[in-house]
Amino acid sequence: MKTFKLGGVHPPENKLSQSAAIEVLPLPETVTIPLSQHLGVPANPVVKKGDSVKAGQLIAKGEAFISANIHSSVSGTVQKIDDVVDTSGYRKKAIVIKVEGDIWEDGIDLSKDLVKDISLSPQEIVSRVNEKGIVGMGGATFPSHVKLMVPQGKTADVLIINGVECEPYLTSDHRLMLEKAEEMLVGIQIQMKALNVDRAIIGVENNKPDAIDHLMKLIPEYPGISVEPLKVKYPQGGEKQLIKALVNREVPSGKLPIEVGCVVHNVGTSFAVYEAVQKNKPLVERVVTVTGKGVKEPSNFVARIGTPIANLIEAAGGIPENTGKVINGGPMMGKALSDINAPVTKGTSGILLFPQAETSRKPVHNCIRCGRCASICPMGLEPYLLAVLASHKRFDDCETEKVMDCIECGSCLYICPSGRPLLDQIRVGKNETGKMIRLRNR
Amino acid sequence: MNEITLISVISLGSLGTIAAIILYMVAQKFKVIEDPRIDIVADKLPGANCGGCGLAGCRALAEEIVKKESLEGMSCPPGGNEVMGEIAKVLGLEAKEQDPTIAVVRCSGSRENAPPKVKYEGDMTCAFAHNLFAGEGGCPKGCLSYGDCVASCDFDAMYMDHKTGLPVIKDNCVSCGACVKACPRSIIEIRKRGKKDRRIFVSCINVEKGGVARKNCQVACIGCGKCVKECKFDAITLENNLAYIDFNKCTLCRKCPPVCPTNAIHELNFPPRRQRPETKAEPAEA
Amino acid sequence: MNLLTVSGSPHVYTEESVSKIMYGVLFSLIPAALVSFYFFGLAAIMVTLTAIVSCMFFEFIIQKYLIKGPVTIFDGSAVITGALLAFIVPASLPLWMVVIGSLVSIGMAKMTFGGLGKNIFNPALVGRVFLMISFPVEMNMYPKPTSFSTQLTDIITGPTPLAVVKEGVAQGEKVSDLLPEVPEYVSLLMGNMGGSVGEISALAILLGGIYMLIRKIITWEIPASYLGSVMILAGILWMIDPEVYVDPLFHLITGGLMLGAIYMATDMVTSPMSRWGMIVYGIGCGFLTIVIRIFGAYPEGVAFAILIMNAFVPLINRGFKPKRFGEEVKNG
Repeated sequence: MKTFKLGGVHPPENKLSQSAAIEVLPLPETVTIPLSQHLGVPANPVVKKGDSVKAGQLIAKGEAFISANIHSSVSGTVQKIDDVVDTSGYRKKAIVIKVEGDIWEDGIDLSKDLVKDISLSPQEIVSRVNEKGIVGMGGATFPSHVKLMVPQGKTADVLIINGVECEPYLTSDHRLMLEKAEEMLVGIQIQMKALNVDRAIIGVENNKPDAIDHLMKLIPEYPGISVEPLKVKYPQGGEKQLIKALVNREVPSGKLPIEVGCVVHNVGTSFAVYEAVQKNKPLVERVVTVTGKGVKEPSNFVARIGTPIANLIEAAGGIPENTGKVINGGPMMGKALSDINAPVTKGTSGILLFPQAETSRKPVHNCIRCGRCASICPMGLEPYLLAVLASHKRFDDCETEKVMDCIECGSCLYICPSGRPLLDQIRVGKNETGKMIRLRNR
Repeated sequence: MNEITLISVISLGSLGTIAAIILYMVAQKFKVIEDPRIDIVADKLPGANCGGCGLAGCRALAEEIVKKESLEGMSCPPGGNEVMGEIAKVLGLEAKEQDPTIAVVRCSGSRENAPPKVKYEGDMTCAFAHNLFAGEGGCPKGCLSYGDCVASCDFDAMYMDHKTGLPVIKDNCVSCGACVKACPRSIIEIRKRGKKDRRIFVSCINVEKGGVARKNCQVACIGCGKCVKECKFDAITLENNLAYIDFNKCTLCRKCPPVCPTNAIHELNFPPRRQRPETKAEPAEA
Repeated sequence: MNLLTVSGSPHVYTEESVSKIMYGVLFSLIPAALVSFYFFGLAAIMVTLTAIVSCMFFEFIIQKYLIKGPVTIFDGSAVITGALLAFIVPASLPLWMVVIGSLVSIGMAKMTFGGLGKNIFNPALVGRVFLMISFPVEMNMYPKPTSFSTQLTDIITGPTPLAVVKEGVAQGEKVSDLLPEVPEYVSLLMGNMGGSVGEISALAILLGGIYMLIRKIITWEIPASYLGSVMILAGILWMIDPEVYVDPLFHLITGGLMLGAIYMATDMVTSPMSRWGMIVYGIGCGFLTIVIRIFGAYPEGVAFAILIMNAFVPLINRGFKPKRFGEEVKNG
């Protein structure tokens, strides 16, 4: 069984919702669609207060190179375009739409029929993906069309599809691979055509045997695509780790996967690409797992972008009395919410509710220099050292110790027996070092 | 016996002489000629190496002063006018008298005024918390109360009031500016110390709309503009829903604090007002 | 409802904690302790208990009244220092000396540096070396193993097998003539020899080591490189002249080597962080041990070897970084 070599941890999997089929979440009363749901420059709104919009209509345009279009996920009236509290408690610009009915923009195919023939040319595919606002659905939300355009002088020879879902608890990709496998496979073929590669590998961790079996049965119909079961290890879903695990290539420090001829996309993204290219449907909804030990019915929902997270929790049986932490994303890399009325965005793969008893960090002791953080760091860094350097503001040394390579996977903080806030301090170091490098390069 | 003593004395003595000659030659060869005035100036400086002058330390400032042969634009916040005057005397230059300054915390979002909406756990530094979320009080510009500023203070001029969760600046502040740099939200400002240490300032830097700011914090500046109208000296400006008092124009007339509906304007070290409740009700007659 | 908690990711943490690790080490020491209690009787029990209690006591006093900080005597680290210190002194050592050793271990080697995790040298070894230099006579009188005795005074003492061989060779005797003077190898392995409280049975210590390896408290690098390098170096010398240099297996199962390689050299605080650093450190320890054992003044070199290598740890940490992901690899 393949896996990546350097470091890694194995937190308890707790995939509580893995047998819950994807359900469609009822429409909320209003949706709040943030203008910055992707990495890069926020989109510019093209509607005004009072405009009536249809589902799937473009409401904000991503004009910079690294940016993404945003479409209305519902039909209704634009109530306001204003600063709204986002998941971190800071206020970001968003478009608030009052839902009236469910009327879709013309030309969007809402039928469930599978369309296999790919009629678009590679350039058309890229522009369609761009137009429909597809971003990486794994959580990093990097605009997908940028990844589908191979830069000059580089060639891609293999497309890697991330079906690893290495985060504990989350099951949205797992369910997607079971329920929308064929659409996803067509999506992969579309991406292969756009990139002009003839090989695609789907990496799936072997804690999802049903998904692996299901895909294995289907792939003979789709030439060039193969499925590779992987040993369960976190953070296998990190793109550098996944490339190492599947094709044994190491992306050089500070470089992108294209450097070693690879392009990595998530299974969710592949499905979104299928819908955009074959069905002309923009990215206005996504699968979100709602789970946690206290949750009555751990579920997987298809939710419209902009739905308040509170609605999802309500649909999964309501917020348990003793909830102490609500996390947007998985337990290893997700963000703790300060307000559960924040909206679902393109990158929301799960909502995790932790009971009070599990929210607290361990008491902090002195570092006993056990070296576990260094031995499990998937990037081969020394977290104990980086944390100390960062807290002493020695950012030059942080840079030589490669703080910028940190993928913030959280393994170090997870493993630390002394409960030290390693990643917290490293993040500060990474921010400040990044600022320093940008200043120098200017 | 005698012979042994003699040999050891001779050998040790010659060894010592050779070493001394080598040392002397090396010292001559690598001699660095430095302006002796640098030492004199450096001696006058407080030697705290706080960086308040904008340079790496006291020695760096001394070198800079001697190199430029002028005190233009240079200051030593901890030493103040006294030290600069002495240096000027030594070097035969002229020092400009500068107004003494002090650091001021422009946030009153204590636990009472801005009650916590969430609980924070993790690395207790403002630098990280600022990146993570808006703060327990919910105000994106409010004090996070984890004390990066207090940790940065080399003069023991700050402490954290654990009841309110706000830093307090003591009178021995030398306005070196370390806390200003340490605060990720730029809440702390270096302002004029004022006559008899009296100061009036807007204790808020929130630029959100009034209603939004007020929802998180009772004492936020809501940008109503009442103080701007009240001020006869054009010292108060209103920008982005936030009033700001220019300390160079402010005459400390104490007209603006009573008109502020949220008590966001603070006055420090003034004698108590005589008829505080009435001032608000009938300002014209009083 | 209660306030929601906000913190940086990750939001799950291992069950492992400092005190769990410490008590894990303590648990793994049980076989070695039982063997020594069997051979040295009540004296060994008294030394062990005295060391543990006095280490905890001194840590408490220092933390409470000198540092005036939080008291952490129950995190297990002081207990381990005490137990390990007891394990490397003779069972016949007067108890007041044990107390002094504990004071040096905790006060000098641990708390002066800032407590757990900050010390450069292994506290137990510092305590032992201090005792060895201060009380050379008492520290070089090892009781002869007998089956369980409750005697506390008038214990018959004798040299350790290592000392027998070393002194014999120094007086020009042949190794083959000396070996019959010490117990057989199987007997040595079980711990039937003169020596410090806990170091006598290589087998019991190995058992504890295997437990710690399974619990992932230690990694294989340091013990393997340490024991391996001792084997190889002793083997080379042995092949040069088997009548002057004793065979490698003898080196492996006598003296404090096994205890040192498994418990002392692997001390997390004072050992390197990266894999290659650990291996270099282990080889250094092995090399120094053999050099001291064969060419030095003392018959035993483990304590000095490890302390000397402890001093090099910061340098090793600097020089041997873990392999970074995506580092420039040769041939692309």
